[in-house]
Amino acid sequence: MSQPAGHRDEGLIQLIDPSGRRTPNEELDPWVTDVDVDALRGLHTDMVAIRRIDQEGTALQRQGELALWPPLLGQEAAQIGAGRALEDDDFIFPSYRETGLAYCRGVDAEDTLRVWRGNAYSGWDPFGKNMATPQIIIGAQTLHAAGYAMGIKYDGGSQAAITFFGDGATSQGDVNEAMVFAASYQAPVVFFCQNNHWAISEPVELQSNTHIADRPVGFGIPSLRVDGNDVLACLAATRIALDRARTGNGPTFIEAVTYRMGPHTTADDPTRYRDANELDLWAAKDPIERLEKHLAGLGLDTAELQAGAAVVADAVAEKLRKAIIGLQDPQPMDVFENVYSQPHATLDRQREHYALYQQQFADAGSATEGGAR
Amino acid sequence: MSTVLKVFKLPDLGEGLTESEIVSWKVAVGETVKLNQIIAEVETAKAVVELPSPYSGVVTELHEQPGTVVEVGNPIVSFDVPGEAGTGDEDPGSPAAADTEAGPAKREPTLVGYGAAVDTGKRPTRKSRTRAVASTAMTTTAEPPVAPVASAPASVETAPAQEAGERPRCTPPVRKFARDLGVDLEQITGTGPYGLITRDDVTAARGAEAGETVPASPSGAADPLAGSTAAGGPRTLGGAPREVRTPIKGMRKHTAQAMVDSAFTAPHATEFLTVDVTPMMELLERLRADRAYRDVKLTPLTIAAKAVCVALERQPTLNSRWDADAQEIVQLNYVNLGIAAATPRGLMVPNIKDAQSLDFRSLAGSLRDLAATAKEGKTAPEALRGGTFSITNIGVFGIDGGTPILNPGEAGILALGQVREQPWGHRGEVVLRQVTTLSLSFDHRLVDGEQGSRFLSDVGTIMADPGMLITML
Repeated sequence: MSQPAGHRDEGLIQLIDPSGRRTPNEELDPWVTDVDVDALRGLHTDMVAIRRIDQEGTALQRQGELALWPPLLGQEAAQIGAGRALEDDDFIFPSYRETGLAYCRGVDAEDTLRVWRGNAYSGWDPFGKNMATPQIIIGAQTLHAAGYAMGIKYDGGSQAAITFFGDGATSQGDVNEAMVFAASYQAPVVFFCQNNHWAISEPVELQSNTHIADRPVGFGIPSLRVDGNDVLACLAATRIALDRARTGNGPTFIEAVTYRMGPHTTADDPTRYRDANELDLWAAKDPIERLEKHLAGLGLDTAELQAGAAVVADAVAEKLRKAIIGLQDPQPMDVFENVYSQPHATLDRQREHYALYQQQFADAGSATEGGAR
Repeated sequence: MSTVLKVFKLPDLGEGLTESEIVSWKVAVGETVKLNQIIAEVETAKAVVELPSPYSGVVTELHEQPGTVVEVGNPIVSFDVPGEAGTGDEDPGSPAAADTEAGPAKREPTLVGYGAAVDTGKRPTRKSRTRAVASTAMTTTAEPPVAPVASAPASVETAPAQEAGERPRCTPPVRKFARDLGVDLEQITGTGPYGLITRDDVTAARGAEAGETVPASPSGAADPLAGSTAAGGPRTLGGAPREVRTPIKGMRKHTAQAMVDSAFTAPHATEFLTVDVTPMMELLERLRADRAYRDVKLTPLTIAAKAVCVALERQPTLNSRWDADAQEIVQLNYVNLGIAAATPRGLMVPNIKDAQSLDFRSLAGSLRDLAATAKEGKTAPEALRGGTFSITNIGVFGIDGGTPILNPGEAGILALGQVREQPWGHRGEVVLRQVTTLSLSFDHRLVDGEQGSRFLSDVGTIMADPGMLITML
């Protein structure tokens, strides 16, 4: 009888260790031979930029500009590593914390954030960016990804679908069903799990007796358990998985072991359920600092590196803040837009009734705006 | 350059919160702040969060003092912000904040990820068999025991539910009427159909209670004392209003619940022992001079902590737990030693894990760390769980003894009195000696008088003469 492996963190696939040293790995090394100093520098700038967007999101929420914000602090390497491995026509099915993936896809930060202000139903056109809008229902997007990938296979395409979710989602029915379909149809899909150790207040050890990466194996999906704070390893692992998908070898599951250093959302207080020591432990494995140490080892001046990244990050943040604060509130009648792509009689009738209803307030002398409140 | 006055209103910092408390200001009036600089700490129903400044500018006014609970949408701080031509900056408080609550109806927010608030102070109304049995066993009335719901025949639905603890029957308006008047419905015999309490019953009861002198005005809240706060009334304590009402919440509520749970589940017995601790004080003096102890604080508490660990090994029942659900007594063969600490946020009892395994030096270090962490209000939730025995050091307040209430779930608690010079019989003479009183409360379900007494005697022996320790190992 084989035994579950438990939750030891040794044995992670890694290319850059927390001290910044490049460690050889037979399986991953061939996939990152093209990554030179400039490319590493680009990954660093990406991570700094999304951390800055993330901080601005938290600040804007605290200032009353956003209703809610789900921070990604600590998960930058997993998201940038995966995001930069993709081709433009691969399709991303994210959860709600994938700010970094949206950034890689060229989504303006303000488009990512305005949904959290309650200003829009979605921030961008999914087909314009080849990335679905954030899924709030835990794990539901994995089914969409499996279905989309089955479609790619029927169409004979060489693209792949990739879906992002957390450790908690792997306990959901949807994710398990998605794996059943993906395995049965050998669909070109990558299941990318960011194991950030906490499903809100539920520690990962409590919901799984095995590594998350051991779960897909039961469905016949091979998996990689990679250091999620090592951007190079995440890049390599995603490239391997994408290559398997494109060459007809079906789905792959990646468990990127990382850590949610902030709260679940701005409405959460992690100090209520987790030990401060745990945070210290993970701060020592910070993805950005790690790459800085590695680059310093390659002879780059860290201060100069940081300053360069900060210029990009600050510009993004400033543009973001201006755009968010300047957003106009949508009008009540806007609720009928973007429901159906073609004329729809029932909706037209509802639109008419709602307009009449709004009209009553106008007659009474008060403006129609704010009617939804 | 011209400046613009900007008022920052308290936003909804969680999901669906209606108010938050200002914990502290990190800036003062006149101070220049940068965008996103932390200006305040605010406590919501969910978390203590830091508030980043929405502007770069100069703070001109702090509208609310620390400790105040502020409704979402009320101004909390104003800034002078350098005017930027043509940027038409929106008032950042507006989207969430401009929406002031209309009407007196308080919204009860359900916090996402935490479920609905259970704040009635009562348990949920689910019926648990074990609880029902336990509660009837404790009632003194001659009510018949509650039959388990499942076994009741289906035809009894017409019979009135005779459950113990059923509320007195009346209509909701009458219930509210009674509450407004401060009349206890339990004390009223209803005259309506099926014993229903009517509005007249309540009015009559109120009349009887008040001796006809108080007019039955439901809205009056006519407190006879309230009137005399007017000028010329007697001076009150601290010159404060005669009565101040504070909502029961936060730490106070939590502490109260813990105390009630403990006091009314575990039958407490308390014993006292007064001992001459002069030799112990001399030992502490010698140890303080030792370089090995230079960075820890050695006090009678340090000795008491060690003494308790040793004595618990000899009297293990003091370190056990009554598991009512499992109907088992759990003998704990490790000591998570709780130390009651007065913190900025109220009473907390963090514990030192596996105190039995620590040597004296480590124990002293742990006590120091625990106190420092508690004082900063940074005690981790983990440190508050799993205690097995507690010490409360009331001596620091100059108190001799008391009857401490057990930390819920624990079998014993030791109160350490002050050490003070007292005339004491010593070698046939009355001399001034350093004396202290130990007070031990224990759960009489788990611990008999014999074990409690032996335990207290052991602790007393060690504290009176630390050398006696070698006879106990």
